[in-house]
Amino acid sequence: MTHTENTGTRGAASFAPRRPGAGSKPGWSNGLRKLYDSVVEEPLPDTFKDLLAQLDKRD
Amino acid sequence: MGQPQRTADDKADFKRELTEVVPHLRAFARGLCGRADMADDLVQEALLKAWAAQDRFEPGTSMRAWTFVILRNAYLTDMRRNRFRGDYDEGVAERVLTAPAGQEEPIHLADMHRALLTLPPERREALLLVGAGGFSYEEAAAICGCAIGTIKSRVGRARAALNTMLSEGDVPQRAIGDEGAHRAILEELDGLAAGNNVEERA
Repeated sequence: MTHTENTGTRGAASFAPRRPGAGSKPGWSNGLRKLYDSVVEEPLPDTFKDLLAQLDKRD
Repeated sequence: MGQPQRTADDKADFKRELTEVVPHLRAFARGLCGRADMADDLVQEALLKAWAAQDRFEPGTSMRAWTFVILRNAYLTDMRRNRFRGDYDEGVAERVLTAPAGQEEPIHLADMHRALLTLPPERREALLLVGAGGFSYEEAAAICGCAIGTIKSRVGRARAALNTMLSEGDVPQRAIGDEGAHRAILEELDGLAAGNNVEERA
């Protein structure tokens, strides 16, 4: 295991928003995150699984 | 820069981290280009490029930020080839944005996405990175290869535009291909070509 714990890519828990300059947040700002998170939470299509599986064979 | 030979373990780590960021790449790409199918094509392209460039990735740094730069560059290149111009597909977006069970306001998400897609690309990406992706202004500036002040200004303008559209219910029915925005991003591309982007510096 290497020193990769703080890369901010460790799943949902480490993905808490940092909010620079978020004083009074308009009602839609949460929607922006929802929009993003709704895609993040989609099951990964098989095309990506296939592509990832084939990467090792490429070199 | 002399690149040390990567071990099999390094490669496995890289592969694992790359796999973990794929959902985030998909989310960023969909926000950028508005069409799920094209967004996924873009992500696949970015993954292949990232894999080919893995020796340039510094272990311990953010894989998400690193791959976003690659994705962004692929997007800009495709934009330049006019692949995404005015190519927002209402049907696809509505389907994509139909909320999963338990989500309260699917309609608002669709409005949000449409509004987002009317923003000039450089403001849209700034807002996506900071407001949706949770990057700091510093990180977003590094990803876009521009000054922190520039990112702040773009995010501010993007927020103001969304405020107007969403609070006044004035969301265009279709995203419009904006010539001015296109020019702006092409100018920015020339800056990138001059070498001030993260991927090439790494």
